[in-house]
Amino acid sequence: MPVQGGPQGPVWRRRTGPQALALWAGWLLLVLLLVLTWEAMTANQIWSFVWDAPRQAGDLLSRMVPPRWSYMERLWWPLWDTINIATLGTLSAILLSVPVAFLAARNTTPSRTLVRPLALLVIVSSRSVNSLIWALILVTVLGPGLLAGVLAIALRSIGFIGKLLYEAIEEIDTRQVEAIRATGAGPAQVLDYGIVPQILPAFAGITLFRWDINIRESTVLGLVGAGGIGLQLKASVDTLAWPQVTLIFIVILATVAASEWVSARVRARLI
Amino acid sequence: MPEPASIPAVPPASGSPRTWRRPPLVADWRLRWLLILGALGYLTLAIASLDLDWARIGEGWARGLRLLSGFLSPDFTSRWEDIQAGLLESLSMALTATAAGIALSIPVALGAARNLSPLPLYLACRGLIAVSRSLQEVIVAILFVAMVGFGPLAGFLTLAFATIGFLAKLLAEAIEAIDPGQVESVRATGAGWWQVLDYGVVPQVLPRLIGLSLYRLDINFRESAVIGIVGAGGVGATLNTAMDRYEYGSAAAILILIVAVVLVTEYVSGWVRERVH
Repeated sequence: MPVQGGPQGPVWRRRTGPQALALWAGWLLLVLLLVLTWEAMTANQIWSFVWDAPRQAGDLLSRMVPPRWSYMERLWWPLWDTINIATLGTLSAILLSVPVAFLAARNTTPSRTLVRPLALLVIVSSRSVNSLIWALILVTVLGPGLLAGVLAIALRSIGFIGKLLYEAIEEIDTRQVEAIRATGAGPAQVLDYGIVPQILPAFAGITLFRWDINIRESTVLGLVGAGGIGLQLKASVDTLAWPQVTLIFIVILATVAASEWVSARVRARLI
Repeated sequence: MPEPASIPAVPPASGSPRTWRRPPLVADWRLRWLLILGALGYLTLAIASLDLDWARIGEGWARGLRLLSGFLSPDFTSRWEDIQAGLLESLSMALTATAAGIALSIPVALGAARNLSPLPLYLACRGLIAVSRSLQEVIVAILFVAMVGFGPLAGFLTLAFATIGFLAKLLAEAIEAIDPGQVESVRATGAGWWQVLDYGVVPQVLPRLIGLSLYRLDINFRESAVIGIVGAGGVGATLNTAMDRYEYGSAAAILILIVAVVLVTEYVSGWVRERVH
């Protein structure tokens, strides 16, 4: 913290001259970068559409209300499908991600140089591709339908559950493992009595959290043809049936709120 | 599991079983079986509702193999112009939306921190955060595309809006968790509201703000790859086109590039966060 001489004695400053200059240059670069990217991004933008946006928004709103409640009778099945996609997807992801997590954790992996990087690669590639993109791929492979949605949710969730679970495994108390081993337990028994009880609460929390997210994501998977209520959403948007779109939004929000309530209740009971 | 035979059996005392058993998760056996049967029943119904079309899935194998071969030999060259434009657009969208989102979410976060703001303002800001969090990016993108037309501007607005919900919530929680002693001591020097904020609050939450912003930049890039599917620009639009044309090589190249960019941003943001803390 430099002190600089001023006319009325020394004045405290937070940074030295060069530090302040570097900071200023950094900000300048950042602003420059932002301006450049903004220019590049909006080069092809038709601005008259944008200035028209408030009127468009008002117009859209007037078309969206009141919601077409009678459409509800055609939403029950897609809603059931949506919940199934999320639940089955989460369950399949659990089956696939638990082994991956044990292979990725430093203290349980069979080989740190060979197996662990592979497991981490699985986790990273699963995490960096959104479930909607997974669905896009799977729909072209498997055809439109619920199966593509379930698999998309599962593939995206492997990385999420796997990452959080392997971090939980790495943080376990080694003394408990040692104590179980000292009783003469085999590797499977050490896993069953020494490691699993320690990570079970974290595991329950992670999977519930992911199920919650998956309900959210499965509502839009239908946009690319992977089943669920998103199919109805796409059909309604494409035919500009905005009162139906409003009803679908309401149903989606209600489902998300309900799933949050359910997972909060279950979490409170389990953990 | 083999029973350890070498341990001498303890004589049973007054008929009580001497082997320890793990207590079950649900103590009441009726409730336990009800839960198990319910879960099995649900699973049967859910799997039955999948409505598998085996002929189509069998047909899918060939396509799956082609997709896989596309991944093994990704085609970066034939659509390079489009891919490059899409990636740049996505990066621009992510960067500008994160900057705008930060600028918007700081005041919202201040309003949503109970230790800084009055109750009506607190409720309004918390309401805004709840709305932003509960609407999925893709859905917001549909609305913005309907309002401002196709293109990256709709994506920018979507991501900025989504950033508010994320950043303002976590920042507000960080502000609520600050040490009140520092704020009080700055206030005791006679500082005004701005000065208290500048010297008492900001230094305490700045590392967290930087970390969260970088994390959000990461998320925004990933999301920018998705909202292109509904017409909000970015590399998602390029990917969608490639899939529609069955150009699996190009699609694979795009996916590999997305993963690579995500890895790089994750690594960089991790490095910066470590240095800030």
